[in-house]
Amino acid sequence: MLELNRLKKYYAGVKAVDGISFNIPEGGIFGLLGPNGAGKSTLLRMLTGITIPDEGEIRFKGALFNPSENTQLIGYMPEERGLYKKMKIGEQALYLAQLKGLSKQEATQRLQTWFDRLDMLSWWHKKVEDLSKGMSQKLQFVTTVVHQPAVLILDEPFSGLDPVNSDVIKKEIFNLAQAGTTIIFSTHRMEQVEEICNEIALINQGHLVVSGSVKTIREQYKEKEYRLRVDGALEGFSENLTATADGGYRFRYNNEQEIRALLQECLDRQVHITEFSEVLPGLHDIFIRLVEHGAVRQFQ
Amino acid sequence: MRKIGLIIQREYLTRVKKKSFIVTTLLLPIAIFVVVIGVVLAINLSDKTQKILVWDETNFYTHKLDTSSSSYVFSYTDNASMQSDSALLSSSKADLLVHIFPAVPNRPDSVLMFKEGGVSLVVKEFISNTMNDVLQQHQMRLAGINAAQLDSIRDLSVQIRSFDVDKKQETDAEITSGIAYFMGFLIYMVIFIYGSGVMRGVMEEKTNRIAEVIISSVKPFELMMGKIIGIALVGLTQLALWVVLMLVLQTVASLFIPEMGALMQAAQGGNLAMAGGTAPELSADKLQMMTGLVNQPWGLIIFCFFFYFLGGYFLYASMFAAVGSLVNEDPQEAQQFTLPVTIPIIIGFIIMSSSASNPDSMASVVGSIVPFTSPIVMLSRIPFGVPTWQLILSMSLLVGMFLVMTWLSAKIYRTGILMYGKKITWKELLKWLRYR
Repeated sequence: MLELNRLKKYYAGVKAVDGISFNIPEGGIFGLLGPNGAGKSTLLRMLTGITIPDEGEIRFKGALFNPSENTQLIGYMPEERGLYKKMKIGEQALYLAQLKGLSKQEATQRLQTWFDRLDMLSWWHKKVEDLSKGMSQKLQFVTTVVHQPAVLILDEPFSGLDPVNSDVIKKEIFNLAQAGTTIIFSTHRMEQVEEICNEIALINQGHLVVSGSVKTIREQYKEKEYRLRVDGALEGFSENLTATADGGYRFRYNNEQEIRALLQECLDRQVHITEFSEVLPGLHDIFIRLVEHGAVRQFQ
Repeated sequence: MRKIGLIIQREYLTRVKKKSFIVTTLLLPIAIFVVVIGVVLAINLSDKTQKILVWDETNFYTHKLDTSSSSYVFSYTDNASMQSDSALLSSSKADLLVHIFPAVPNRPDSVLMFKEGGVSLVVKEFISNTMNDVLQQHQMRLAGINAAQLDSIRDLSVQIRSFDVDKKQETDAEITSGIAYFMGFLIYMVIFIYGSGVMRGVMEEKTNRIAEVIISSVKPFELMMGKIIGIALVGLTQLALWVVLMLVLQTVASLFIPEMGALMQAAQGGNLAMAGGTAPELSADKLQMMTGLVNQPWGLIIFCFFFYFLGGYFLYASMFAAVGSLVNEDPQEAQQFTLPVTIPIIIGFIIMSSSASNPDSMASVVGSIVPFTSPIVMLSRIPFGVPTWQLILSMSLLVGMFLVMTWLSAKIYRTGILMYGKKITWKELLKWLRYR
């Protein structure tokens, strides 16, 4: 649904984003990954129209897209986020919703529904400065999604959230995705991505490292390895089988035949298999591998 | 446009609803009023009669020092018991002892005064004047001038009335200069107060981290202009309320102080008096003052006040907004950037101070045309009359410069407001101006 074509943004000699292209499919959760300073925030700012790309284009459903003319399509929760401390919560939420183009009446109605759902109704007349950090994050989330954006951009949405509120927000993100919202989710914490996202783009130093579905990428970078657990011990098996510290075995293979051979042997010897599963690398490991090797290669 | 309206509305309402706004708006005129009343009362109350004891060894002044003022009462002593000066003062219960030595008859160059806690300048001048009068009268009589002649000589005084030939009406240099100074000062104040209000508003949005949230919905320029316009409306509201309150207080005051009412009448009849009609019984000074006040080009002054208030405010507000966007957590950082903004304002103020009494000097003319100082300086020249071409030039330059500065400031603002944690240098600022 969103196509990024050769986006570039240079700041005073720093190539914050240097020719990045990828597609974001409709109605899923898309993860934008990369270490601090990789160019994630700049990329997101270009998607929201806050920054204008030096080069390249963004297409929305095939047509050239100018985000700053279509702010109501986008909900953006930046990494550096906050609220007016002295303003009452209800007033503030209404203000932000109206800035996104909702009428006062409609905004009030929708906000009441959201506040009710997230147990926030009693906050309406409180001031933001009286809220805890977790509470104001919840409010921030509501103000980001209240205008029902087609594209929801969340930059490190869980930073500073306690586990309980984290789960509340996560649940709402899943609900929104199911309802057809395209969600772009940026983080440097890989384990969250594996849990939440369908597709990802991994960037580093302004360049795209890899993009695609999480499953495909993990498949692509797997190290041809299975984990095996049995009752008892295994002896005299293939030399590709090595014992691991937790009492299981790791099996490295070169082709499918070797897998079948191993399993056949287990059956023949009447070994009781309790676990046999393919080891897929975590995104973290893939990232480290790609980035570190890539970085080293670049310097050499 | 609807969005900028929302921003203006928020900026306006959050400020106007603040307690501090209500308090300053109500209290300032009341405070000024109370101070003025207090000063008047204090002057009246402090007129406690001072008892002055005179020990005149020449006998020349004895029983001659007299005064119509109720503030001083003279008594005389020959100090028969030959007490010392201080003993004499303390035993007599007088406030002050004047000891006149017989050094040279008629011209005592040695007069000593004694008082507990020192002699004030006012008292010293009063005694010296009184003694001089006695001495002069004596000398005049010796020269053969009698008291009646003396009085008629004394009453002579040159009265100057000035007229503006362009407007064919009477003017008053002191009043005009006073109004000029007041107008210039007012503009200086409002630019500073509301300009720095804009700066604080921008800093608040940046440090609260709401700036980026907002500009994902509106353009940075809309946010900046919304804030600037919103605060301008707050300023206009405050000025309007002050004017209304002052008028109310003045009306109340004139009910209690009848002379005020008479003055107001005189003001209306001032031009009549000039044309030879009769005004209410008022001294020539007061009449002239009121005439000077009424004969100001008030229509032009008020129009120019609003024009230069808005022009000057908008010129500086966008610059203050740019400065606010450069500041991170540390407000000290702001100082290196506020200086270039505040210096022209202060220069304007300095030029204005002299231009209020000398409006046609080179500095005043230039200062009233150059956009950065013109709002302050021009206002102080208006009451004296300014050539139309200068006024038009000054106004167009101000509008032009306001557009240029807003454009430049907006470029700095939209980058600065998203820059966190980094100290910003002048070199970087120049680069920002070139960003798309």
